[in-house]
Amino acid sequence: METLIRMANQIGDFFNSYSEVEAVPEIAIHIRKFWDPRMRKAIMAHIADHQGEGLKPRVLQALKSMPS
Amino acid sequence: MLIKEIDYGTPAPEQPRMCGSSKCSCAAGVTPEVHADTPMVTLEIDGNSVTVPQGTSIMRAAMQMGTQIPKLCATDSLEAFGSCRLCVVEIEGRRGTPASCTTPVEAGLKVWTQTGKLAKLRRNVMELYISDHPLDCLTCAANGDCELQDMAGAVGLREVRYGFDGANHFDKAKDQSNPYFTFDPTKCIVCSRCVRACEEVQGTFALTIDGRGFASMVSPSEAQPFLESECVSCGACVQACPTATLMENSIIEAGQPEHSVVTTCAYCGVGCSFKAEMRGDEVVRMMPYKDGKANHGHSCVKGRFAWGYTTHKDRITKPMIRAKITDPWKEVSWEEAINHAASEFKRIQKKYGRTSVGGITSSRCTNEETYLVQKLIRAAFGTNNVDTCARVCHSPTGYGLATTLGTSAGTQDFDSVEEADVIMVMGANPTDAHPVFGSRMKRRLREGAKLIVIDPRRIDLVKNPHIAADYHLALRPGTNTAMLNAFAHVIVTEGLVDEDYVRERCDLAEFDRWRAFAADPKNSPEAVEGFTGVKAADVRAAARLYATGGNAAIYYGLGVTEHSQGSTTVMGMANIAMATGNIGHNGAGINPLRGQNNVQGSCDMGSFPHELTGYRHLSTDAVRQQFEKDWGVTLDPEPGLRIPNMLDAAIDGTFMGIYIQGEDIAQSDPNIQHVIAGLSAMECVVIQDIFLNETANYAHVFLPGSTFLEKDGTFTNAERRINLVRRAVKPKAGYADWEVTMLLSNALGYPMNYTHPSEIMDEIARLTPTFQNVSFELLEKSPVQWPCNDKAPEGTPIMHMNGFVRGKGRFMITEYIPTEEKVGPRFPLLLTTGRILAHYNVGAQTRRTDNVAWHPEDVLEMHPHDAEDRGIHDGDTVSIASRVGETTLRVKVSDRMQPGVVYTTFHHFGTGANVITTDYSDWATNCPEYKVTAVQVRPTNRPSEWQSQYYKQREATRRIEATAAE
Ligand code: SF4
Ligand code: SF4
Ligand code: SF4
Ligand code: FES
Repeated sequence: METLIRMANQIGDFFNSYSEVEAVPEIAIHIRKFWDPRMRKAIMAHIADHQGEGLKPRVLQALKSMPS
Repeated sequence: MLIKEIDYGTPAPEQPRMCGSSKCSCAAGVTPEVHADTPMVTLEIDGNSVTVPQGTSIMRAAMQMGTQIPKLCATDSLEAFGSCRLCVVEIEGRRGTPASCTTPVEAGLKVWTQTGKLAKLRRNVMELYISDHPLDCLTCAANGDCELQDMAGAVGLREVRYGFDGANHFDKAKDQSNPYFTFDPTKCIVCSRCVRACEEVQGTFALTIDGRGFASMVSPSEAQPFLESECVSCGACVQACPTATLMENSIIEAGQPEHSVVTTCAYCGVGCSFKAEMRGDEVVRMMPYKDGKANHGHSCVKGRFAWGYTTHKDRITKPMIRAKITDPWKEVSWEEAINHAASEFKRIQKKYGRTSVGGITSSRCTNEETYLVQKLIRAAFGTNNVDTCARVCHSPTGYGLATTLGTSAGTQDFDSVEEADVIMVMGANPTDAHPVFGSRMKRRLREGAKLIVIDPRRIDLVKNPHIAADYHLALRPGTNTAMLNAFAHVIVTEGLVDEDYVRERCDLAEFDRWRAFAADPKNSPEAVEGFTGVKAADVRAAARLYATGGNAAIYYGLGVTEHSQGSTTVMGMANIAMATGNIGHNGAGINPLRGQNNVQGSCDMGSFPHELTGYRHLSTDAVRQQFEKDWGVTLDPEPGLRIPNMLDAAIDGTFMGIYIQGEDIAQSDPNIQHVIAGLSAMECVVIQDIFLNETANYAHVFLPGSTFLEKDGTFTNAERRINLVRRAVKPKAGYADWEVTMLLSNALGYPMNYTHPSEIMDEIARLTPTFQNVSFELLEKSPVQWPCNDKAPEGTPIMHMNGFVRGKGRFMITEYIPTEEKVGPRFPLLLTTGRILAHYNVGAQTRRTDNVAWHPEDVLEMHPHDAEDRGIHDGDTVSIASRVGETTLRVKVSDRMQPGVVYTTFHHFGTGANVITTDYSDWATNCPEYKVTAVQVRPTNRPSEWQSQYYKQREATRRIEATAAE
């Protein structure tokens, strides 16, 4: 789990200097495009069970908006 | 048949890569033999009229019409020297007898290559040579391949009047220090071809002619034996030597070859072409092929000499299986091994689900083999859990360049470096890791190109005979992105942007945003100086040079990609190249120097879990459906697992079986203990390789692989060139790797029935737009660079010539984010890793050749201050520890390092340097952060606990059950 959180936050960090309107969908698309379903499921479960603890706000927002 | 290239005696006159004519094929980026607007000269030789480009020598012109003028000191890989005087000719209306190798053609000349006067002169010259040459031709290793012998015949030498008892050099001792060639000075004719080859072709300047007149003699630097000299054993001098003075040991032992096939080196991403020269079914010499587009007849020590591993006794040639990894291996038939593997995979999928298995393709195998493995995984396993070792090296290249420019590959061909005015090398060490390209780069630098090196370590290029870097920016590991942002800052704030270029070719909204970002004072060289450790003034000057010095080309390597910001740094390079108009023409561009021979190919072939061949995402319905129709299966539209994720999933119990072709992840991947934990958790690990590699210690099925000499196929090198690999000898284990994959697929119930790799390539071409026109038939004629389709039938040497592949170039904001791997009181030093010339990656091949003469073990390089602080002396054994592990190795104190940074290679399993590297990785691609690990170093006198434990376990898992004699 720690690894997944770190990976997601790293992706978020890259888009730091982009505005929120752009960054959130970019983060979502990146994760949707490159993560295996079981990884996406695991992080969604983490959001459901632990309110996404450890995830940066934009990343959390992106994940919540991500179509499964 | 033995292939012999024509020796024209002198090189073709230099011509520009581009001419002014719009009719010339160079307008399409393809360099023709002669440009349409090259001035031509017509002259007469022996009464025949001949027309050649201006600047051609008379010798070359004669050879072009088929007349070979006798010669000794000339050969067309070297500039004419004019010392032997054997090539004299007569020219009507001129006095004397000029040397044809040094005399250029002129319009209307009437040349005679054979007259009574010339014959006499030549015989005299030969007589002198022969009087100081032992007459043991019959027992000489060069017998049948000696130019001195040939010339004696050509000039009709019949007697030697001087006698052989005069002063001579017959008692000089041989130098046999180099494991691959012998220097026998008694046979030297002092033609200096070797000296010039070492200078002009290799750029090492290891040889000199000592003494004068009769006493003159060839000698390696300061009269040392070859092995202890500067010599890097590239073999260029051996190849250039017209006599048996410098001779390959393999020829001395086996005799002259009788037939040869042209093939491609299987070591690095330069992709040199070679003639595999054979006697019967045995290779006796690998000779660089002059028509090879990547190497033009040159090679390095690995490709030319280090092929002994192909017949090494450690080769496994029988399939093996075992139930548990603690059991000894049992040799079985192919049928049994394949059926066992297939039934295990089926069992696992039944028990744990369809996506519980996967595989890894190899960057060392051919395109066809890689393609088949990913096809097997997607079609026969029905999952997308396929990845490749490019994950651990160049995946950020693909991501970064695709995002900004639109293609996942370098922009230039190698020849482009000849037109570069400024060469920027970042995180790469071309003279060691890509030696043949390194030599070409050095040649261009000697001609006056400027050099910027961005690397924590003082690599060889920084100071080299006749070369010195204009700027060496020795930054702290992990600050690449900050450095490039500082470059961007200078370019933007000092008005160095190529505004027209940007306006025409790039997305302007993205550009404006990037310009504002770059101009931010936090990115100025002064602001980043604190953490990059490089003086702001130097950064400013280097950035100015890059932006204004003419054609500027960036070459980079793993020192860029293997960072947590690898992809960001690649984008940073694309940004500054676009801003200064340095993409889309000769002499410029951004070029990854690929580690393994077929890294480019394995990426092109759809080895990544989220994309099919030609970098097309598999969630795109049209793409996926095209494959589904061709393959006759339904494909999973979801991306699969990457290597690190597979290992995580194995530990979690959801990934239980893996098919690994030609990769050694238990040695090459970071944080080995994590890798081992993952592998050990799996129920079926199938390894296909030529040796029992380290990963095989955790395997249940071993399928013997074949070497590049044993199969047909193609490799794609770092310039996107698709080179043919041709079978020279039979596969030792009976099957080439592509055949083994077919067997496995058939046993899994998904039939594959190719009879030759060319059929696989036809399928790839059918399914991949950038490979549309590629076929073995085309490659037989000329190895093209993809994209090769109707738009570019001859391939594409330079990309983005008329605009970017993605449409408009996209500037990306590349904010610097320091890695989480930080030094602290417990781990105060930064470790960075690399490789050296004589060895290749994990060294499985090179360790099994005489290349160990140069690098018997991995050593830790350390700055004198750091060593002194810790009471460490050169040659001491030390322990090096990081947050994840500890190992021991020997220290080399060296001021190539900056204080606070240590360096090692990872060629030998005994050191397990990757025991200490962490599993931090690139944000976009999970490419591991090999290049930055915080460590501590202290003196020790015993192996680390990991090492002793590992050795014990290694022995236990590598036993092969003795089989009863058949
Ligand atoms: S082997 Fe290469 S480096 Fe060594 S002396 Fe010959 S040309 Fe020079
Ligand atoms: S060693 Fe060979 S190439 Fe060198 S000077 Fe002697 S004969 Fe010529
Ligand atoms: S290792 Fe690389 S540079 Fe050396 S011969 Fe092979 S392809 Fe060429
Ligand atoms: S070949 Fe022309 S002088 Fe030797």
